[in-house]
This record gives sequence, structure tokens and C-alpha cells, in this order.
Amino acid sequence: MTEVLLSLKGLTKAYPGVVANDSVSFDIGEGEVHALLGENGAGKSTLVKMIYGLVKPDSGEMTLRGKAFAPGEPRQARADGIAMVFQHFSLFDALNVAENIALGMENPPKLRDLAAKIREVSETYGLPLDPYRTVGDLSAGERQRVEIIRCLLQDPKLLIMDEPTSVLTPQEVDILFQTLEKLRAEGTSILYISHKLEEIRTLCDHATILRLGKNVGECVPAETSASEMAELMVGSALTPPERGDREFGAVALDISGLSVPSPSAFGTALRNVHLTVRRGEILGIGGVAGNGQDELLSVLSGETLTEADAVKLGKDPIGRLGPVARRALGVLAAPEERLGHAAAPDMSLTENAMLTGATREGLVKNGFLKWAAAKEFAERVIKEFDVRTPGPENAARSLSGGNLQKFVIGREVLQRPEVLVVNQPTWGVDASAAAAIRQSLLDLAAGGAAVICISQDLDELMEISDSFAALNEGRLSAPRPAAGLTVEEIGLMMGGAHGMEVAHV
Amino acid sequence: MIRLEKRPQPSKAWSLATPLVAVLATMLAGGLLFAILGKDPVEAIRTIFWEPLFGEFAFYYRPQLLVKGAPLVLIAIGLSLGFKAGIWNIGAEGQYIMGALFGAGVGLAFYPLEAWYIFPLMVIAGGFGGWLWASIPAYLKVRFGTNEILVSLMLVYVAEQFLASMSLGLMKNPEGFGFPGSRNLQQYESAYNADLIAGTGMHWGVVAALIAVIFAYVLLNRHMTGYHIRLTGEAPRAAKFAGVNPSRLILFCLGTSGILAGLAGLFEVSGPSGQVSIDFNVGYGFTAIIVAFLGRLHPVGILLAGGLMALTYIGGDIAQANLQLPSSAIQVFQGMLLFFLLAFDLLTNFRLSFGKPEVA
Repeated sequence: MTEVLLSLKGLTKAYPGVVANDSVSFDIGEGEVHALLGENGAGKSTLVKMIYGLVKPDSGEMTLRGKAFAPGEPRQARADGIAMVFQHFSLFDALNVAENIALGMENPPKLRDLAAKIREVSETYGLPLDPYRTVGDLSAGERQRVEIIRCLLQDPKLLIMDEPTSVLTPQEVDILFQTLEKLRAEGTSILYISHKLEEIRTLCDHATILRLGKNVGECVPAETSASEMAELMVGSALTPPERGDREFGAVALDISGLSVPSPSAFGTALRNVHLTVRRGEILGIGGVAGNGQDELLSVLSGETLTEADAVKLGKDPIGRLGPVARRALGVLAAPEERLGHAAAPDMSLTENAMLTGATREGLVKNGFLKWAAAKEFAERVIKEFDVRTPGPENAARSLSGGNLQKFVIGREVLQRPEVLVVNQPTWGVDASAAAAIRQSLLDLAAGGAAVICISQDLDELMEISDSFAALNEGRLSAPRPAAGLTVEEIGLMMGGAHGMEVAHV
Repeated sequence: MIRLEKRPQPSKAWSLATPLVAVLATMLAGGLLFAILGKDPVEAIRTIFWEPLFGEFAFYYRPQLLVKGAPLVLIAIGLSLGFKAGIWNIGAEGQYIMGALFGAGVGLAFYPLEAWYIFPLMVIAGGFGGWLWASIPAYLKVRFGTNEILVSLMLVYVAEQFLASMSLGLMKNPEGFGFPGSRNLQQYESAYNADLIAGTGMHWGVVAALIAVIFAYVLLNRHMTGYHIRLTGEAPRAAKFAGVNPSRLILFCLGTSGILAGLAGLFEVSGPSGQVSIDFNVGYGFTAIIVAFLGRLHPVGILLAGGLMALTYIGGDIAQANLQLPSSAIQVFQGMLLFFLLAFDLLTNFRLSFGKPEVA
């Protein structure tokens, strides 16, 4: 490593209830591609937001080329040569590329001059892009190029990229990597955020690994194996807890040969998924976000219909049954997105109790709703799952994320499911509530229900699941008993074997 | 700097207060408009809001309130169901015309037979006509994903051509000396939708409007279908998760609003209007959109809003006659009402905050 460009010392940022960054320190060298590695919730986003001036650190300091650096807002950070490409693009569909870029500039030049400049940059860095095309017609990869070019026009010293490959096709990833190589050759430093290990091994010079807001290690990715990095990222203390003896019964849910095309442009197609869950068993499904988790839940909840035989409850085909019919049979689900999917934000908790409870709790008779019964059911969920709210008449959106999550999970658990599917059951929930939710899932399984827990939190999956499988690009790995799985094996299942092979070449 | 902040919960107080504030703001801005036109604003506002209810000729205007208000309420109730679910039927005017044509057609076909069953048959035909016309955008949306706003709106103009064709051709009064327009149903006892109590303006359409209000109230508050309608409007993805079938909901909402608009047309053509004529429709179907929103898409609110709107119609007519206000000024006045309502509506979900934003 040559000169240090940006140096972080003891950066700390706490939010109510959680320390997002706990005295994080590392250096980024000139012309270095530096990886920031960590699981969801490890504090990567908060850290880069501090560098980009979106969030102010509680304590700690940064220096840029030896000078103190404390941006109060992104504009200041940009003026000092920091540029950032966000995971989610902020572009106007109806405008063309040049207009979009002009909108983000302090003093935009004439549109014609700007277009010429965009062409020049796009050719120099091998990012084919026509400045006069309408953004609405562009693919995700091309939109990202707009964002990158917008950054490059500022001639940045440090380019921050937040999970840039999450929306790209493999070909687009190749192009992106060539561009980044070129930038590095010109001396631009890049802070590259990702949890895709094999990408980091090909691209990055240096990696900092965050876990639970702390810097837990640094390595040179090219000299470190993917499994070593996974171990650092996940924490070696990943041992399944002692679990009470549970007898597994007959197969409760059986999915075989399930393939579903992607429901939208940014969705993931499910490819030939097989799985079985027995009564009393908890199947944990891991994987990086956006690899088919939402789609799998939607197939199980009945929102997406499939061939009848692809999804079976016991021996009965249920693939063509909608959510209501499945609930009647005891197949319940709790989606990841709390507001807008699992619950209607502006409706009261009573009304939200009606949302999935109508069938099994007998809240409806001849099409007429029994609000008194729904209120009782909502109150029961609130009481048994310790949901902090003044009462069931409050709107769902007035609850904190964790409390609403407890309500959403409790609403399904209290309906005595035969099969329960949950996606990210403890996302954004504080530790004690998360433990309560996990315990309720374990209790449910002990009572003879089959549980499928989709999650990106490996600790959680190891804590509760009996068997483990991972989703990768819509494919599900063969489930294996969770007991005895090593971190290395889990990392390989998540990364997908084919991806890893490329990395070793 | 003034900024908008989202409220943690929708404000109950503002939700009730906005219609009143909107009416007051309309009075102020409308008064200003009338003053610019050289009329006494106080007198104009008084004429519009006071004269029909308590003026010298109120005995004549009060029944008119029911006659004008009933179709507005009937149509607006139907529209509100769809609007709540985010299904936008803008073509109630066309469904109103088709209901009138189907209903009047049945009545005229029986002429001059007198029988008790003719009027009930006309009612059924009227509802069917409206349903049919609304089902076109519904089916196209379900089958091909077309935009129901455009299709339903364009079908209004198709319906108007039908109306013209009927009053000049098929339904023209053979004894009408060649004038366009059908026989007058008011003079055909079995088909006449007369006042139930003479001189009150209380005809079957008023009864139907009141029943529709109760029906909508029960549907939205006590029935699964109404719950699904609200859920779809609030959170479409949650509705799908709850098991709502969006296609069925589209067919139901557009179909129901078509039936109610068709009924409104039938009660109008067989009662106050009396005949099918080229200028039969006077915009109830469009005004009902304002009524639906003015009533906050709530059945009882729509009942009140329909009354208020009928008041501005009749009061506007009086102001035209007595104060020579141009009719376009009255239309601007009515438009302001919707504009202010939508503007103040923002305060239900947002609050104004003054001062500089905090730096994050």
C-alpha cells in the first residue's frame, strides 16, 4: 500500500437500542480497491453514510490526505472528492440520461456540452451509454452506469459503491469490473461494499470485515480463502444451541420440481426447487437477499400459484389454491415486508388481525365480519407477544418495526398452523424480542407444526433450524442437517458452488 | 421554511374538519371571484347557500334539492366503492345515459299497456344498462390490462352518440310532430316515476339513494367484500396476501357503480326529465365524482355532500337568474370546492411544520 487517502479512527454511531458502529478504524490507500464486508445489519451502510456526510458520527474522526475531514452534508463530501453510487438509484424515468445527470450537478453546463462530456467519459471507461436515451427504457445495469458516470464527472478521489452487483447480470458485472480496474489504474480509490465473497476476491486489494458494528478483522482477499472470510464475517462462535429432543413426524410440506418465472423485472425466477419439511421440523433457508426469498414465500403463501403437484400438503396438491384456501388447511405465512405486505399501514391492528385471521379464527360469518371477535384476537396477539401499543385500535404504522413484527408473527403463530413459513422473522427487532420470536417458532415446532424459516441471519438459522438449505439465484441447495454444519460449508452453500469455482481459478 | 411532516396516524379531527374548511375557503375564494365580476359577494354567496333553503321561494326549491341530490348521491356511492380500491370509474355519465336508454326503452316498448310490472322491469333494465356499460372497461382491464379511466371516459362520448341516435330515431315520439325526443313518460302512468308524496320531490330515486347509502355503509364496515375493497386501496400487496382476487374486485366495483349510475339515469328519465332527448344528461355523472370525494368516500359523507352539491346547483341557478352571474362562474365555484377539499385533505396525513429542517 502506498499513501493513505482516507483514514477512519474510532468511528462510533449509536441509534436508540443499537450501536451501529462501535469504534471502527481502518485506512483506505490511494488507488486501492477496499472491500467492506459484513452481513446485513453489520453496520456497513451506517459507516459509508458517515463518510458521505449523510450521518454524523457520535465520536471518532476521519482524515482525508492527512487533513481533518468531517462532512456535514453530502455536498461537502462531494466537494472533497468523495462520490457514492447507491444500491437504489435516484433517477427520473421520464428524463433522458443527460438531463438526469444535469439535475444532480451544482452548476450544470449546457446540455449539449454535457452530452459530449458524458460520451467522452463513457468511452474512456468502457461504459456504453447514449446521453439522449430516456432513463425509463434503460436496464438496471445501464441505470447504474448513469449513476457511475454522474460520479465520474466529479473526478472523485474516492468512489463508494454500495452492493453494486446486486441488480446486475453476469455480463454487466464483467463490464463494471473492467471499469473499476481502469479507475484503479488511474489512481482512484474505491470503497466496495458487498457480501459476495468471490467478487471481492477477484477485485479488491484489501478487505475490512465488520460484524455487529465492530471491525473484526482485515485481510488481503486474494490471499484468503472464501471460507476464511465467511468465518470472519459470520463469527466463529456459530455453534447450534442445545435443543430439546423433537420427534419428526410425517412429511408435512413437499415441494418438488418447482420452477416459477420471475414476477417482475427485478425479481428472481425460482429454478427447480425441491424441499420437504416434516412435522416438528424447522427448515432454515439462508442466502443473500434477492436470491428468490420473496418469491419462495409467495409460492408457499398462495400469492403465486403454481402447478398443483409442485406444492403438496402431506399428500394433497395445493399448488393451485389461493391464500384463503391454504389458510383453511393450516398453511400460514408471514412475509418479510411488514408495512404494506404483512400489514396494511393505515389500518388498525384489529383490522390487520382480520387480514389473515378471518378464516381460522372464525372472524367472518356468511361474509359478514365479526369485529368484536377480531378485536379480541388482536388483543390476544398483543398480550401474548408483548406488543407495545396503547391498544388494538392504533394504526399499524404507528408501531415500531420490532413491535409490528411481533404482531405479525404472533398473528400467525396463534392461529395454530400446520405449516408456518416466515421470511426474516427478526429483521430489525431488538435482541430480546428476537429471542422471543425464535422461541415461539421452536415451541410451535415442538407442538408438531412444520416451520420454514427464511432468513439472512445465519446465527438465527443455526440457533433454531434442524436442517439447512440456501437459496442462490433462485436455486435451493439440497437441505442438510443443521447440526454439525461448519461455517465453511454454509458459506459454500450460500455462495453457490459455481461462483466459488470461478474465484479459485 | 414551511415543510410537510407525515403524521404517525391519520388525524381524525382533520379528516372531519377538511370538508368544512374547504367549504369556507370556497366561499371566500368564490366571493372574491364574484366581486371581481362586479357582483356583491355577500349577496351572491347568500343566494347560493341560503335562498334555496330558507328564501321566499323555498317551498319550490326544497323538493328540487331532493330531485338533484338523489342522482348525485346514488352515482357517487357507486363510484366511491371503486375509488376506495383504486379503481377509477370516470364514465358514470355514460352509464347514467345507458341506464336511462335501457329503462326508457323497456317502458316505451310496453306503451300503451298499463300494468304494475312495467316500472319494476324498467328499473331492472336501467340497472342492467348501466352495468353493461361499466362492464366494458372492467372486462378490458381484467383481460388486457387497459386503463379503466380512459376507457370508461371515452365510453361517455359513445353513450352520448347513442342518446342522440335514439332521440332522433328509434325512440322518437311518433306523435311528436317530428321534434326530437321520445314520448313523455310522465304521461304514461305505468312508467312514471312520480313523487311518492305529491309536491315533495320524494320519488323512487331518492328512496334508492338512501338504500344505497345504507347498503354501502354495511358493505364497507361489516362485510368481507367491503373490507377487501378498503384493503386493496390501502395496501394492494397486503390485499393479495389476504387472498383478494383483484379481477373479481374490479368487476364488482365497476359493475356496482354502473348499476347505480344506470338506476340514477332510469329514475331521472322516467321522472323529473320524463323523456329521452339529446340534452338529457346534464353532467350528474361527472359532478358525482366531486360529490364522492367531498364526502370523503364515506357513505354518510356522500349523502351530505350530495345535498351540498345540489344546493350549489340550485343556488347557482337562482344566482344566474337573479344576479346575472355567468353559469361558468358557478362551475368555477363548484370546481373550487373540489380543489380546496383535495388541498386541505393533505392535512389529514401531514402536518405543517415551520422552521429550518434539522441536520441529520
